[in-house]
Amino acid sequence: MSTDTKKVLFGPVVDNNPIALQVLGVCSALAVTSSLQNALVMTIAVMLVTGFSNLFISLIRNQIPSSVRIIVQMAIIASLVIVVDQVLKAFSYQLSKELSVFIGLIITNCIVMGRAEAFAMKEKPGVSFLDGIGNGLGYGAVLMVVAFFRELFGFGTLFGFEVFPLIQNDGWYQGNGLLVLPFSSFFIIGLIIWSIRQWKPEQVEKD
Amino acid sequence: MSSNKETFGKTIGFVFIICLVCAALVSISAVGLKPLQTANKLLDKQTKILETAGLLELAGNDIVATYNQRVDAKMIDLATGKVVEGDVNTFEERADARDKAKSSKPENDIAGLNRRADKAVVYFVKDEQGKIATIVLPIVGSGLWDLMYGFVGLESDMNTVKSLVYSDLKETPGLGAEVLNPKWKALWPGKKMFDEQNDIAIKLVKGGAKAGDIHGVDALSGATLTSNGVERTLHFWLGKEGYGPFITNYRAGGLN
Repeated sequence: MSTDTKKVLFGPVVDNNPIALQVLGVCSALAVTSSLQNALVMTIAVMLVTGFSNLFISLIRNQIPSSVRIIVQMAIIASLVIVVDQVLKAFSYQLSKELSVFIGLIITNCIVMGRAEAFAMKEKPGVSFLDGIGNGLGYGAVLMVVAFFRELFGFGTLFGFEVFPLIQNDGWYQGNGLLVLPFSSFFIIGLIIWSIRQWKPEQVEKD
Repeated sequence: MSSNKETFGKTIGFVFIICLVCAALVSISAVGLKPLQTANKLLDKQTKILETAGLLELAGNDIVATYNQRVDAKMIDLATGKVVEGDVNTFEERADARDKAKSSKPENDIAGLNRRADKAVVYFVKDEQGKIATIVLPIVGSGLWDLMYGFVGLESDMNTVKSLVYSDLKETPGLGAEVLNPKWKALWPGKKMFDEQNDIAIKLVKGGAKAGDIHGVDALSGATLTSNGVERTLHFWLGKEGYGPFITNYRAGGLN
Protein backbone atom coordinates (compact mmCIF):
# COMPACT_ATOMS: atom_id res chain seq x y z
CA MET A 1 0.00 0.00 0.00
CA SER A 2 1.43 3.37 -0.92
CA THR A 3 1.79 5.98 1.78
CA ASP A 4 -0.90 8.10 0.16
CA THR A 5 -3.49 5.34 0.29
CA LYS A 6 -2.51 4.62 3.85
CA LYS A 7 -2.94 8.24 4.77
CA VAL A 8 -6.39 8.38 3.21
CA LEU A 9 -7.51 5.14 4.83
CA PHE A 10 -5.99 5.37 8.30
CA GLY A 11 -5.47 9.13 8.61
CA PRO A 12 -9.03 9.65 9.87
CA VAL A 13 -8.53 7.18 12.73
CA VAL A 14 -6.34 9.48 14.84
CA ASP A 15 -4.76 12.31 12.83
CA ASN A 16 -7.96 13.57 11.28
CA ASN A 17 -10.63 11.81 13.31
CA PRO A 18 -14.15 12.85 12.24
CA ILE A 19 -15.43 12.96 15.81
CA ALA A 20 -12.35 14.10 17.71
CA LEU A 21 -10.92 16.66 15.28
CA GLN A 22 -13.71 17.51 12.87
CA VAL A 23 -16.32 17.12 15.65
CA LEU A 24 -18.89 15.62 13.29
CA GLY A 25 -21.40 12.88 13.99
CA VAL A 26 -21.38 13.28 17.76
CA CYS A 27 -25.18 12.91 18.07
CA SER A 28 -25.31 9.29 17.00
CA ALA A 29 -22.16 8.53 18.96
CA LEU A 30 -24.15 9.33 22.10
CA ALA A 31 -27.06 7.10 21.31
CA VAL A 32 -25.59 3.81 20.13
CA THR A 33 -22.69 3.41 22.53
CA SER A 34 -24.48 1.70 25.41
CA SER A 35 -23.12 -1.64 24.22
CA LEU A 36 -20.15 -2.77 22.14
CA GLN A 37 -22.34 -4.88 19.89
CA ASN A 38 -24.56 -1.93 18.92
CA ALA A 39 -21.49 0.25 18.39
CA LEU A 40 -19.90 -2.36 16.15
CA VAL A 41 -22.96 -2.76 13.94
CA MET A 42 -23.35 1.01 13.73
CA THR A 43 -19.66 1.33 12.78
CA ILE A 44 -20.02 -1.17 9.97
CA ALA A 45 -23.20 0.51 8.73
CA VAL A 46 -21.63 3.97 8.73
CA MET A 47 -18.47 2.66 7.09
CA LEU A 48 -20.44 1.09 4.25
CA VAL A 49 -22.62 4.15 3.76
CA THR A 50 -19.73 6.66 3.76
CA GLY A 51 -17.63 4.40 1.55
CA PHE A 52 -20.26 3.81 -1.08
CA SER A 53 -21.74 7.30 -1.02
CA ASN A 54 -18.25 8.68 -1.60
CA LEU A 55 -17.72 6.18 -4.40
CA PHE A 56 -20.96 6.92 -6.23
CA ILE A 57 -20.75 10.67 -5.78
CA SER A 58 -17.16 10.67 -6.99
CA LEU A 59 -18.15 8.62 -10.04
CA ILE A 60 -20.65 11.26 -11.14
CA ARG A 61 -18.86 14.29 -9.68
CA ASN A 62 -18.24 15.81 -13.11
CA GLN A 63 -21.89 15.46 -14.10
CA ILE A 64 -23.51 16.83 -10.94
CA PRO A 65 -24.85 20.34 -11.60
CA SER A 66 -23.54 22.42 -8.73
CA SER A 67 -26.90 24.09 -8.13
CA VAL A 68 -28.47 20.82 -6.98
CA ARG A 69 -25.42 18.95 -5.71
CA ILE A 70 -26.47 18.80 -2.05
CA ILE A 71 -29.83 17.31 -2.98
CA VAL A 72 -28.21 14.77 -5.27
CA GLN A 73 -25.81 13.78 -2.47
CA MET A 74 -28.72 13.46 -0.05
CA ALA A 75 -30.68 11.25 -2.43
CA ILE A 76 -27.74 8.88 -2.85
CA ILE A 77 -26.96 8.77 0.87
CA ALA A 78 -30.60 8.26 1.82
CA SER A 79 -30.99 5.39 -0.63
CA LEU A 80 -27.88 3.68 0.72
CA VAL A 81 -29.10 4.06 4.29
CA ILE A 82 -32.45 2.50 3.44
CA VAL A 83 -30.71 -0.41 1.77
CA VAL A 84 -28.51 -0.96 4.86
CA ASP A 85 -31.60 -0.84 7.09
CA GLN A 86 -33.43 -3.35 4.91
CA VAL A 87 -30.46 -5.72 4.86
CA LEU A 88 -30.15 -5.53 8.63
CA LYS A 89 -33.86 -6.26 9.04
CA ALA A 90 -33.55 -9.27 6.78
CA PHE A 91 -30.45 -10.80 8.30
CA SER A 92 -30.36 -9.68 11.92
CA TYR A 93 -33.86 -8.89 13.13
CA GLN A 94 -32.88 -8.68 16.80
CA LEU A 95 -30.22 -6.02 16.16
CA SER A 96 -32.39 -4.10 13.76
CA LYS A 97 -35.08 -3.82 16.43
CA GLU A 98 -32.59 -2.02 18.65
CA LEU A 99 -30.79 0.00 16.01
CA SER A 100 -33.37 0.77 13.34
CA VAL A 101 -33.99 4.32 14.55
CA PHE A 102 -30.29 5.13 14.59
CA ILE A 103 -29.57 3.48 11.26
CA GLY A 104 -32.17 5.80 9.74
CA LEU A 105 -30.39 8.72 11.33
CA ILE A 106 -27.14 7.93 9.49
CA ILE A 107 -28.72 10.08 6.77
CA THR A 108 -28.28 13.09 9.00
CA ASN A 109 -24.83 12.06 10.17
CA CYS A 110 -22.65 14.98 9.24
CA ILE A 111 -19.66 12.74 8.49
CA VAL A 112 -21.34 11.26 5.42
CA MET A 113 -22.39 14.60 3.93
CA GLY A 114 -19.16 16.22 5.04
CA ARG A 115 -16.95 13.71 3.26
CA ALA A 116 -19.13 13.70 0.14
CA GLU A 117 -18.97 17.46 -0.15
CA ALA A 118 -15.38 17.99 0.97
CA PHE A 119 -13.67 14.99 -0.62
CA ALA A 120 -15.68 12.97 -3.10
CA MET A 121 -16.72 16.01 -5.17
CA LYS A 122 -13.05 16.63 -6.02
CA GLU A 123 -11.25 13.28 -5.96
CA LYS A 124 -11.21 10.08 -8.02
CA PRO A 125 -13.62 7.23 -7.14
CA GLY A 126 -11.05 4.77 -5.74
CA VAL A 127 -9.47 7.16 -3.33
CA SER A 128 -12.87 8.59 -2.39
CA PHE A 129 -14.10 5.14 -1.47
CA LEU A 130 -11.07 4.62 0.77
CA ASP A 131 -11.61 8.03 2.33
CA GLY A 132 -15.19 7.03 3.15
CA ILE A 133 -14.14 3.72 4.67
CA GLY A 134 -11.37 5.51 6.58
CA ASN A 135 -13.74 8.07 8.04
CA GLY A 136 -16.13 5.28 8.97
CA LEU A 137 -13.20 3.61 10.74
CA GLY A 138 -12.33 6.80 12.59
CA TYR A 139 -15.93 7.24 13.66
CA GLY A 140 -16.07 3.58 14.67
CA ALA A 141 -12.85 3.77 16.66
CA VAL A 142 -14.29 6.49 18.88
CA LEU A 143 -17.60 4.63 19.13
CA MET A 144 -15.90 1.44 20.24
CA VAL A 145 -13.80 3.20 22.89
CA VAL A 146 -16.86 4.97 24.28
CA ALA A 147 -18.93 1.78 24.18
CA PHE A 148 -16.14 -0.15 25.89
CA PHE A 149 -16.20 2.15 28.92
CA ARG A 150 -19.97 2.50 28.99
CA GLU A 151 -20.70 -1.20 28.74
CA LEU A 152 -17.93 -2.26 31.11
CA PHE A 153 -18.65 0.24 33.88
CA GLY A 154 -22.37 0.67 33.24
CA PHE A 155 -23.41 -2.96 32.88
CA GLY A 156 -20.29 -4.89 33.92
CA THR A 157 -20.20 -6.71 30.59
CA LEU A 158 -18.21 -6.64 27.33
CA PHE A 159 -20.01 -7.77 24.16
CA GLY A 160 -22.66 -9.16 26.52
CA PHE A 161 -20.20 -11.35 28.42
CA GLU A 162 -20.09 -10.78 32.15
CA VAL A 163 -16.86 -9.19 33.36
CA PHE A 164 -17.97 -7.63 36.64
CA PRO A 165 -20.94 -9.55 38.10
CA LEU A 166 -23.67 -7.04 38.96
CA ILE A 167 -25.27 -6.78 42.40
CA GLN A 168 -28.71 -7.47 40.92
CA ASN A 169 -27.30 -10.78 39.66
CA ASP A 170 -25.81 -11.64 43.07
CA GLY A 171 -22.39 -10.23 42.19
CA TRP A 172 -20.41 -7.41 43.78
CA TYR A 173 -20.41 -4.67 41.15
CA GLN A 174 -22.80 -1.75 41.33
CA GLY A 175 -23.35 -0.63 37.74
CA ASN A 176 -22.67 3.06 37.13
CA GLY A 177 -26.09 4.53 36.39
CA LEU A 178 -24.62 7.61 34.71
CA LEU A 179 -22.78 5.59 32.09
CA VAL A 180 -25.97 3.75 31.21
CA LEU A 181 -27.52 7.00 29.99
CA PRO A 182 -26.59 8.45 26.58
CA PHE A 183 -25.30 11.83 27.73
CA SER A 184 -22.43 10.20 29.63
CA SER A 185 -20.80 9.82 26.19
CA PHE A 186 -20.21 13.57 26.23
CA PHE A 187 -17.77 13.13 29.10
CA ILE A 188 -16.01 10.17 27.51
CA ILE A 189 -15.77 11.83 24.08
CA GLY A 190 -14.47 14.96 25.79
CA LEU A 191 -11.80 12.94 27.55
CA ILE A 192 -10.88 11.20 24.29
CA ILE A 193 -10.51 14.53 22.47
CA TRP A 194 -8.40 15.85 25.34
CA SER A 195 -6.11 12.80 25.34
CA ILE A 196 -5.63 12.89 21.56
CA ARG A 197 -4.73 16.57 21.74
CA GLN A 198 -2.29 15.94 24.57
CA TRP A 199 -0.65 13.32 22.38
CA LYS A 200 -0.78 15.39 19.20
CA PRO A 201 -0.65 19.06 20.23
CA GLU A 202 -0.85 20.20 16.59
CA GLN A 203 -4.61 19.39 16.70
CA VAL A 204 -5.26 22.12 19.28
CA GLU A 205 -7.04 25.06 17.66
CA LYS A 206 -5.23 28.39 17.77
CA ASP A 207 -7.02 31.15 19.64
CA MET B 1 -17.52 24.03 -12.81
CA SER B 2 -18.13 24.36 -16.52
CA SER B 3 -21.27 26.12 -17.58
CA ASN B 4 -22.46 23.43 -20.01
CA LYS B 5 -23.78 21.20 -17.23
CA GLU B 6 -25.69 24.06 -15.68
CA THR B 7 -28.46 24.47 -18.21
CA PHE B 8 -32.01 24.13 -16.90
CA GLY B 9 -32.84 21.11 -19.01
CA LYS B 10 -29.67 19.24 -18.10
CA THR B 11 -30.17 19.83 -14.40
CA ILE B 12 -33.74 18.55 -14.51
CA GLY B 13 -32.68 15.56 -16.57
CA PHE B 14 -29.84 14.73 -14.23
CA VAL B 15 -32.01 14.91 -11.13
CA PHE B 16 -34.64 12.80 -12.82
CA ILE B 17 -32.14 10.05 -13.67
CA ILE B 18 -30.66 10.07 -10.15
CA CYS B 19 -34.15 9.76 -8.69
CA LEU B 20 -34.96 6.84 -10.97
CA VAL B 21 -31.76 4.98 -10.09
CA CYS B 22 -32.16 5.59 -6.35
CA ALA B 23 -35.82 4.60 -6.42
CA ALA B 24 -34.99 1.41 -8.28
CA LEU B 25 -32.24 0.56 -5.79
CA VAL B 26 -34.51 1.10 -2.78
CA SER B 27 -37.45 -0.81 -4.29
CA ILE B 28 -35.31 -3.77 -5.30
CA SER B 29 -33.83 -4.12 -1.84
CA ALA B 30 -37.19 -3.63 -0.11
CA VAL B 31 -39.07 -6.10 -2.30
CA GLY B 32 -36.23 -8.58 -2.61
CA LEU B 33 -35.63 -8.83 1.12
CA LYS B 34 -39.29 -8.79 2.14
CA PRO B 35 -39.72 -12.59 2.44
CA LEU B 36 -36.67 -12.88 4.69
CA GLN B 37 -37.86 -9.98 6.83
CA THR B 38 -41.34 -11.41 7.25
CA ALA B 39 -39.91 -14.80 8.16
CA ASN B 40 -37.59 -13.18 10.71
CA LYS B 41 -40.42 -11.26 12.28
CA LEU B 42 -42.61 -14.34 12.56
CA LEU B 43 -39.75 -16.39 13.97
CA ASP B 44 -39.10 -13.72 16.57
CA LYS B 45 -42.76 -13.75 17.62
CA GLN B 46 -42.90 -17.55 17.77
CA THR B 47 -39.73 -17.62 19.84
CA LYS B 48 -41.24 -15.21 22.35
CA ILE B 49 -44.46 -17.21 22.56
CA LEU B 50 -42.55 -20.42 23.22
CA GLU B 51 -40.44 -18.61 25.79
CA THR B 52 -43.59 -17.40 27.53
CA ALA B 53 -44.91 -20.95 27.62
CA GLY B 54 -41.58 -22.20 28.98
CA LEU B 55 -40.89 -24.35 25.92
CA LEU B 56 -37.83 -22.54 24.59
CA GLU B 57 -35.33 -25.08 25.89
CA LEU B 58 -37.37 -27.95 24.58
CA ALA B 59 -37.63 -26.32 21.17
CA GLY B 60 -33.87 -25.84 20.87
CA ASN B 61 -33.11 -24.79 17.33
CA ASP B 62 -36.37 -26.00 15.93
CA ILE B 63 -38.64 -23.12 16.86
CA VAL B 64 -41.01 -23.42 13.90
CA ALA B 65 -41.65 -27.17 14.24
CA THR B 66 -42.22 -26.95 18.00
CA TYR B 67 -44.46 -23.96 17.53
CA ASN B 68 -46.57 -25.68 14.88
CA GLN B 69 -46.85 -28.80 17.01
CA ARG B 70 -47.70 -27.19 20.32
CA VAL B 71 -49.30 -23.83 19.70
CA ASP B 72 -52.83 -23.18 18.58
CA ALA B 73 -53.50 -19.55 17.73
CA LYS B 74 -57.07 -18.25 17.84
CA MET B 75 -58.48 -14.88 16.99
CA ILE B 76 -60.99 -13.54 19.48
CA ASP B 77 -63.30 -10.59 19.68
CA LEU B 78 -62.32 -8.74 22.84
CA ALA B 79 -65.77 -7.30 23.57
CA THR B 80 -67.56 -10.66 23.52
CA GLY B 81 -64.60 -12.85 24.37
CA LYS B 82 -65.67 -15.31 21.67
CA VAL B 83 -63.51 -16.92 19.00
CA VAL B 84 -63.96 -15.34 15.58
CA GLU B 85 -62.62 -16.00 12.11
CA GLY B 86 -59.46 -14.22 11.07
CA ASP B 87 -55.91 -14.56 9.82
CA VAL B 88 -53.88 -15.06 12.98
CA ASN B 89 -50.52 -14.79 11.24
CA THR B 90 -50.91 -11.36 9.75
CA PHE B 91 -52.83 -9.76 12.62
CA GLU B 92 -51.07 -6.85 14.24
CA GLU B 93 -52.63 -5.14 17.24
CA ARG B 94 -51.08 -1.74 16.58
CA ALA B 95 -51.94 -1.78 12.88
CA ASP B 96 -55.59 -2.46 13.70
CA ALA B 97 -55.52 0.10 16.49
CA ARG B 98 -54.71 2.81 13.95
CA ASP B 99 -57.75 1.87 11.91
CA LYS B 100 -60.88 3.56 13.26
CA ALA B 101 -63.11 0.79 11.86
CA LYS B 102 -61.20 -1.96 13.61
CA SER B 103 -60.53 -0.33 16.97
CA SER B 104 -62.18 1.61 19.74
CA LYS B 105 -61.21 4.05 22.45
CA PRO B 106 -61.02 2.37 25.86
CA GLU B 107 -63.14 4.08 28.53
CA ASN B 108 -60.48 3.65 31.15
CA ASP B 109 -57.23 3.86 29.22
CA ILE B 110 -54.84 3.04 32.07
CA ALA B 111 -52.34 1.38 29.74
CA GLY B 112 -51.95 4.56 27.70
CA LEU B 113 -52.96 2.97 24.41
CA ASN B 114 -55.20 5.72 23.06
CA ARG B 115 -56.98 3.18 20.82
CA ARG B 116 -57.26 -0.57 21.22
CA ALA B 117 -57.88 -3.09 18.44
CA ASP B 118 -61.28 -4.81 18.66
CA LYS B 119 -59.76 -8.21 18.04
CA ALA B 120 -56.83 -10.05 19.51
CA VAL B 121 -54.97 -13.27 18.87
CA VAL B 122 -54.48 -15.60 21.83
CA TYR B 123 -52.23 -18.63 21.86
CA PHE B 124 -53.15 -21.96 23.43
CA VAL B 125 -50.00 -23.91 24.17
CA LYS B 126 -50.52 -27.64 24.66
CA ASP B 127 -48.51 -30.11 26.69
CA GLU B 128 -47.36 -33.49 25.38
CA GLN B 129 -50.80 -35.03 25.90
CA GLY B 130 -52.40 -32.29 23.86
CA LYS B 131 -54.03 -30.68 26.89
CA ILE B 132 -53.89 -26.90 27.15
CA ALA B 133 -51.07 -26.06 29.55
CA THR B 134 -50.53 -22.35 28.99
CA ILE B 135 -52.55 -19.56 27.47
CA VAL B 136 -50.32 -16.86 26.06
CA LEU B 137 -51.90 -13.41 25.86
CA PRO B 138 -50.19 -10.57 23.98
CA ILE B 139 -50.09 -7.31 25.94
CA VAL B 140 -49.05 -3.78 25.13
CA GLY B 141 -48.91 -0.67 27.28
CA SER B 142 -46.99 2.51 27.97
CA GLY B 143 -43.77 2.38 29.92
CA LEU B 144 -41.66 5.44 30.57
CA TRP B 145 -40.59 6.26 27.01
CA ASP B 146 -42.85 4.36 24.69
CA LEU B 147 -45.19 1.41 24.35
CA MET B 148 -43.84 -1.88 25.64
CA TYR B 149 -44.90 -5.04 23.85
CA GLY B 150 -44.93 -8.42 25.49
CA PHE B 151 -46.69 -11.66 26.31
CA VAL B 152 -48.14 -12.93 29.55
CA GLY B 153 -48.49 -16.68 30.02
CA LEU B 154 -51.25 -17.98 32.27
CA GLU B 155 -51.83 -21.55 33.38
CA SER B 156 -55.09 -23.20 32.41
CA ASP B 157 -56.84 -21.82 35.52
CA MET B 158 -56.38 -18.40 33.86
CA ASN B 159 -55.03 -17.11 37.13
CA THR B 160 -51.61 -18.55 37.92
CA VAL B 161 -48.81 -16.77 36.11
CA LYS B 162 -46.46 -18.86 34.03
CA SER B 163 -44.28 -15.99 32.90
CA LEU B 164 -44.15 -12.42 31.69
CA VAL B 165 -41.97 -11.85 28.65
CA TYR B 166 -41.41 -8.47 27.04
CA SER B 167 -40.47 -8.63 23.40
CA ASP B 168 -40.07 -5.03 22.34
CA LEU B 169 -39.47 -1.94 24.42
CA LYS B 170 -37.50 1.27 24.53
CA GLU B 171 -37.04 1.58 28.30
CA THR B 172 -33.81 2.88 29.83
CA PRO B 173 -31.08 0.23 29.74
CA GLY B 174 -30.09 -0.82 33.25
CA LEU B 175 -33.25 0.64 34.79
CA GLY B 176 -36.58 0.08 33.05
CA ALA B 177 -35.11 -2.42 30.62
CA GLU B 178 -34.46 -4.67 33.63
CA VAL B 179 -37.92 -6.14 32.90
CA LEU B 180 -35.87 -8.32 30.55
CA ASN B 181 -33.55 -9.44 33.36
CA PRO B 182 -33.97 -13.22 33.89
CA LYS B 183 -33.80 -12.69 37.64
CA TRP B 184 -36.76 -10.34 37.60
CA LYS B 185 -38.68 -12.54 35.19
CA ALA B 186 -38.11 -15.45 37.60
CA LEU B 187 -40.21 -13.63 40.22
CA TRP B 188 -43.38 -14.09 38.18
CA PRO B 189 -44.11 -17.82 37.88
CA GLY B 190 -46.69 -18.97 40.43
CA LYS B 191 -48.07 -15.51 41.20
CA LYS B 192 -51.87 -15.18 41.08
CA MET B 193 -53.41 -12.48 38.91
CA PHE B 194 -56.83 -12.54 40.63
CA ASP B 195 -57.84 -12.73 44.29
CA GLU B 196 -60.66 -14.85 45.74
CA GLN B 197 -63.27 -12.28 44.76
CA ASN B 198 -61.96 -12.56 41.22
CA ASP B 199 -60.71 -8.99 41.23
CA ILE B 200 -57.39 -8.24 39.59
CA ALA B 201 -54.92 -8.25 42.44
CA ILE B 202 -51.51 -8.45 40.80
CA LYS B 203 -49.29 -5.56 41.87
CA LEU B 204 -45.69 -4.41 41.70
CA VAL B 205 -44.45 -3.52 45.17
CA LYS B 206 -41.87 -0.79 45.68
CA GLY B 207 -39.10 -1.89 48.00
CA GLY B 208 -39.91 -5.55 47.43
CA ALA B 209 -42.96 -7.74 47.88
CA LYS B 210 -43.43 -9.55 51.19
CA ALA B 211 -42.38 -13.18 51.22
CA GLY B 212 -45.35 -15.38 50.46
CA ASP B 213 -47.36 -12.58 48.83
CA ILE B 214 -49.00 -14.42 45.98
CA HIS B 215 -50.17 -11.22 44.25
CA GLY B 216 -47.08 -9.07 44.75
CA VAL B 217 -43.94 -8.85 42.63
CA ASP B 218 -40.92 -6.65 43.42
CA ALA B 219 -41.01 -3.38 41.52
CA LEU B 220 -37.86 -2.48 39.59
CA SER B 221 -35.57 -0.22 41.56
CA GLY B 222 -34.89 3.06 39.82
CA ALA B 223 -37.70 2.46 37.37
CA THR B 224 -40.93 3.53 39.06
CA LEU B 225 -42.61 4.63 35.84
CA THR B 226 -41.75 1.41 34.02
CA SER B 227 -43.02 -0.61 37.00
CA ASN B 228 -46.25 1.39 37.05
CA GLY B 229 -46.53 0.80 33.32
CA VAL B 230 -46.19 -2.96 33.73
CA GLU B 231 -48.81 -3.03 36.50
CA ARG B 232 -51.28 -0.87 34.55
CA THR B 233 -50.74 -2.83 31.36
CA LEU B 234 -51.61 -6.05 33.19
CA HIS B 235 -54.61 -4.47 34.89
CA PHE B 236 -55.86 -3.14 31.58
CA TRP B 237 -55.47 -6.35 29.62
CA LEU B 238 -56.85 -8.62 32.34
CA GLY B 239 -59.75 -6.24 32.92
CA LYS B 240 -63.10 -5.94 31.20
CA GLU B 241 -61.74 -3.83 28.36
CA GLY B 242 -58.99 -6.36 27.72
CA TYR B 243 -59.19 -10.12 27.92
CA GLY B 244 -61.78 -10.04 30.77
CA PRO B 245 -64.72 -11.41 28.74
CA PHE B 246 -62.49 -14.03 27.12
CA ILE B 247 -61.20 -15.18 30.51
CA THR B 248 -64.75 -15.45 31.87
CA ASN B 249 -65.85 -17.48 28.84
CA TYR B 250 -62.84 -19.71 29.00
CA ARG B 251 -63.37 -20.50 32.67
CA ALA B 252 -67.03 -21.27 31.99
CA GLY B 253 -65.88 -23.60 29.25
CA GLY B 254 -68.00 -21.77 26.74
CA LEU B 255 -65.31 -20.59 24.41
CA ASN B 256 -66.62 -22.18 21.28
